[in-house]
Amino acid sequence: MIDALASLGRSGLSALANIGRAHLLLIGILAGVPSMLARPRLLIAQLFGIGVLSLLIILVSGLFVGMVLGLQGYYVLSQFGAAESLGVMVSTSLVRELGPVVTALLVAGRAGSALTAEIGLMKATEQLSGLEMMAVDPVRRILTPRFFGGLVSMPLLAAMFSAVGVLGGYFVGVGLLGVDDGAFWSQMQAKVDFHEDIVNGVVKSVVFGIVVAWIALFQGYEATPTSAGVSRATTRTVVHSALAVLGLDFVLTALMFGE
Amino acid sequence: MAKTRTVEILVGAFMAVGFVALFFLAMKVSNLSAALNADGYALTARFDNVGSLKVRSPVSMAGVRVGRVETIRFDQETYQAVATLRIDPRFDRIPADTFANIFTAGLLGEQYIGLDPGGSPDYLADGDQIEHTQSALVLEQMIGQFLFSKAEEGSE
Repeated sequence: MIDALASLGRSGLSALANIGRAHLLLIGILAGVPSMLARPRLLIAQLFGIGVLSLLIILVSGLFVGMVLGLQGYYVLSQFGAAESLGVMVSTSLVRELGPVVTALLVAGRAGSALTAEIGLMKATEQLSGLEMMAVDPVRRILTPRFFGGLVSMPLLAAMFSAVGVLGGYFVGVGLLGVDDGAFWSQMQAKVDFHEDIVNGVVKSVVFGIVVAWIALFQGYEATPTSAGVSRATTRTVVHSALAVLGLDFVLTALMFGE
Repeated sequence: MAKTRTVEILVGAFMAVGFVALFFLAMKVSNLSAALNADGYALTARFDNVGSLKVRSPVSMAGVRVGRVETIRFDQETYQAVATLRIDPRFDRIPADTFANIFTAGLLGEQYIGLDPGGSPDYLADGDQIEHTQSALVLEQMIGQFLFSKAEEGSE
């Protein structure tokens, strides 16, 4: 009985300690901003690794998600004689929800796991300690550029995802199913609001960028420095990022769009 | 050195494409292009019942959108709804005795304000009030009136 209570307390305390260490790490990362701005090349290399190399998966997924939305949306809307609203349906679902969320999940899987593995292996092969030996702060030198690489890449990737998705929906709706070209765009422009929909979508993806990069870096930095430890940390990155993104998406949606 | 140069160029292209995508969403997908010239002038109209009219509902004249509903508030003195309409400055010759109706677009569509021009030589200017208005038709009231008149017919 007492043992069960003690183990509950132990897990609660270690969860709190984890949250505390994650925040200390975040403060350390943010403290590295001036030194990162002095060496923009480090950030550019990370933007390449996180942003440019994720382009293919983001653009192809966006295209197919938009095309599927076009097909499914047409099926439902044509039953109400409202097939012209297809553009509204495709664009609002992409800009508000699917763009930020699916991009965050894909980036967590494609780039977040890579970040964790990279930093975990740096720790396992004692490269991080090596940097410390040379009086270089590994958090500032290694983690800060990666964090901002994720933070900057995410909204840009989400915008591309949504834009390509709208074009995919246009291709299926107007090209294949015969929805009127003018109505597709004009209804979309009439219903999609810049501040309400686009800006809120960008805010969402910035938040997701912070969360995914933060989780990936924390897991890598805290990984047990063995091959099994790095593999577990990589798995945790993907699982925790997915859960955090989906949970935060609900909270953000309720705050932004719930009246 | 050539390798870093390629990386820099690719990152630059990536960021440029990202901003182009944002620009595309803002201008082509959302209403920002329409909102840019959203200044225009304000008219008010009082309705006994605005139905399900919402802020940002269209204001149209002869079926062409001339503006949007900016605010809807409730006047406690007269128990009426006061709607502020933001009219595009291009349409500055709306007669003073114009009639404002609340219509429904299609059977299940959303409600909008339709303006029927009167014959007055004076035009409405910023801050003016549209005097002649007709409230939204509420389906339950219409059915109620219909049943009532049917019952009267039957009793005769």
